[in-house]
Amino acid sequence: MTTTTAPVTGVGAAAHADSGLWSWITTVDHKRIGVLYGVTAFIFFLIGGLEAVLIRIQLVRPENTFVSPDVYNQLFTMHGTTMIFLAIMPLSASFFNYLIPLMIGARDVAFPRLNAFSYWVYLLGAIFLNLSFFLGGAPDVGWFGYSNLTSKQFAPGVGVDYWAVGLQILGIASLAAGFNFIVTIINLRAPGMKLMRMPVFVWMTLVTSFLIIFAFPVITVALVFLLFDRMTGTNFFIPAAGADPVLWQHLFWLFGHPEVYILILPAMGIVSDILPTFSKKPLFGYPVVVYSGIFIGFMGWGVWSHHMFSVGLGPVADSFFALTTMLIAIPTGVKIFNWIATMWGGRIDLKSPMLFAVGFIALFIMGGLSGVMHSSPPADLQQTDTYFVVAHIHYVLFGGSIMGIFAGIYYWFPKMTGRMLNERLGQLHFWLTMISMNVTFFPMHFVGLLGMPRRVYTYAPNMGFDQMNFWSTVGVFGIVLSVLVFIWNVLHSRSRGAVAGRDPWGGPTLEWAIPSPPPPHNFATVPTVHSRDPLWEKDGEQIVRTANERRGPIHMPPNSYWPFLGALGMTMLLSGMVYGWWVGIPGLILMLVAFYAWAFEPVH
Amino acid sequence: MAVAAHSTAHEHEHPTSTGLNSRKLLFWAFLGSECLFFGSLIATYLVYRGRDQVGPHPHEILNIPFTSVSAFVLLMSSLTMVLALAACQRGNQRGTAIWLAATALLGATFVGGQVYEFTEFFMHGLTLQKNLFGCTFYVLTGFHGTHVTVGVIWLLTLFMLALRGRLPAHKALDVEIAGLYWHFVDVVWIAIFTLIYLIQ
Repeated sequence: MTTTTAPVTGVGAAAHADSGLWSWITTVDHKRIGVLYGVTAFIFFLIGGLEAVLIRIQLVRPENTFVSPDVYNQLFTMHGTTMIFLAIMPLSASFFNYLIPLMIGARDVAFPRLNAFSYWVYLLGAIFLNLSFFLGGAPDVGWFGYSNLTSKQFAPGVGVDYWAVGLQILGIASLAAGFNFIVTIINLRAPGMKLMRMPVFVWMTLVTSFLIIFAFPVITVALVFLLFDRMTGTNFFIPAAGADPVLWQHLFWLFGHPEVYILILPAMGIVSDILPTFSKKPLFGYPVVVYSGIFIGFMGWGVWSHHMFSVGLGPVADSFFALTTMLIAIPTGVKIFNWIATMWGGRIDLKSPMLFAVGFIALFIMGGLSGVMHSSPPADLQQTDTYFVVAHIHYVLFGGSIMGIFAGIYYWFPKMTGRMLNERLGQLHFWLTMISMNVTFFPMHFVGLLGMPRRVYTYAPNMGFDQMNFWSTVGVFGIVLSVLVFIWNVLHSRSRGAVAGRDPWGGPTLEWAIPSPPPPHNFATVPTVHSRDPLWEKDGEQIVRTANERRGPIHMPPNSYWPFLGALGMTMLLSGMVYGWWVGIPGLILMLVAFYAWAFEPVH
Repeated sequence: MAVAAHSTAHEHEHPTSTGLNSRKLLFWAFLGSECLFFGSLIATYLVYRGRDQVGPHPHEILNIPFTSVSAFVLLMSSLTMVLALAACQRGNQRGTAIWLAATALLGATFVGGQVYEFTEFFMHGLTLQKNLFGCTFYVLTGFHGTHVTVGVIWLLTLFMLALRGRLPAHKALDVEIAGLYWHFVDVVWIAIFTLIYLIQ
């Protein structure tokens, strides 16, 4: 075991490189991996956004011919798949990576190389999925890929193969990250940081990670069946052989509903940590917020069939899932009241992170209310497959997840870069987003209730849809503008923004005890924690001193290129299902070599 | 799998918050995840049972005496796995090597039995595409067989390490984690054997 003064040591020629492409490929530093996740996911957020813009242009007026029905199907499928798997989940993962070790007082995650592996698998899987646009057509069956629309008979092209294999690859990335963060949070906490002293974001990451490791195997099995059906001619979803296509729906939504919470819980965690800082008050009812999050995590497994009311599962199943769905609204409501009570009587400072956090609460309430409406099967039957549902998911995923993520970016950008984002541009970004988001999605409630079906490439004139679709399209350009403001703000501020210093917001949690940006080893000495908001306590000064005062040797894991090669091999192996054995077999060999080299790589 | 088999990276490095070893904890989480994986496969088999439009049907070709023997072989491999771990913890590398080899051999025998069974069924007309029994049975037991095969490769890797004297007592955790995986695969087989072979 070596004692290193240089923060990062490495194996091989790249030993001390800390800049340049090679250093990024071999990095195992959770902060750099967090940045990689964030930048990559934001690029895919833009790609998914571009797909949405094209969809809205097509729908700007009735009987438009901007894109063909076939391209339209590809666009909405890839928009949904991209936003869920390539944008929101990895944006959350970016926060997990960057913040969890800082918040719990650790020097890195429990398995740094596994962490790098997760990122590379995600990147390669995302590229693979999007290659389909250029190599035979993107998937066109909806992000939920209902059977037997996905069968060889009805989807003869390669799009569905890309979709199924791509999701398998991405699933491996999520699973590896899930295991890693469970162990990190359970095992790598600073002395004194009991579970009930962890920041809420850490708690929500823990719940999310458990949801990931239990939900993804289910979709893995469903996709295995689908791939067997398509590649070998089995009958898992072929009704003629006695199979029941509804099996796909059960497996998909048994994954899909926990997935909804995988998308929203991290944003709830972010907001729960931002509100106290900008209200200058500890979080109201911390234990109840945590227990509500855990309860949502459990209940998320018992509501999946509310996505399937229109299947006709019978009154008993419908009643059961209606009740569980109504029940899960309770912990969500509890959280909302706790957030409001946190602000109540506080000295509220409406800086941009706080604006986005408050915007999150407002929009998420609206998305939550339309969600509760779906819990009633008769109401749901009217709303299924209409724009009402599109409005609902965008209020919870855009108004919820994305607003929460933007709040987090404004809050922690100073920690990550050492520079403040421009506040005026931040306010402009917020108001543009808030207004155009509502212009885009609010009318969808009404066109939905009027009966406009989703996932259809056009509509007839004079059905009462024209005006509202026009405004939805106008709104989407407002969102584009707001994102451009944000991008300009980031590009400008990362080099020329005001210097942030250690703790620009007066935050209570451990990440604010160390310099911005943090040194590679995070904490010179890991401090002992005695409370939930350590920096707000009497011994806060002492904790800051300890965190920056070197008292002993620091061991950091060396860089490694094996995670990247293992990820490359695994992606090649799985993409061989589409491209053929000449990609799959070399991939298998590369993967095995990389895994063995990884296993026996000296790490001290 | 190789992830967990890696050398003793973190073993003596950091004391953890819970006192549990991080690799072991990761592996327990992984096995929890695997429960859902096999659970979904088994549930699908059960949901589709008796819905075949054409034969062969399970009761016509499942050979319970034969599979009972191979199930017995696999269960015995859990015993040898325990003995391998015990030998390793005592610092007996020779014994570790012997018991690891025995475990791998029993596992390989089980996989061999599965290859024979699949061939027999194929001869009797049960292809992957024939009916729902064919696809659900082959995919479920095939994934289990793949898990056993991965386990055999893992055990052989540890066996090579033990032969070269690279599994001293302080590396017993490497054997223990492989053992966790191996016992899990055994337990899954108990569920499969009971639900698919014994309860028809």
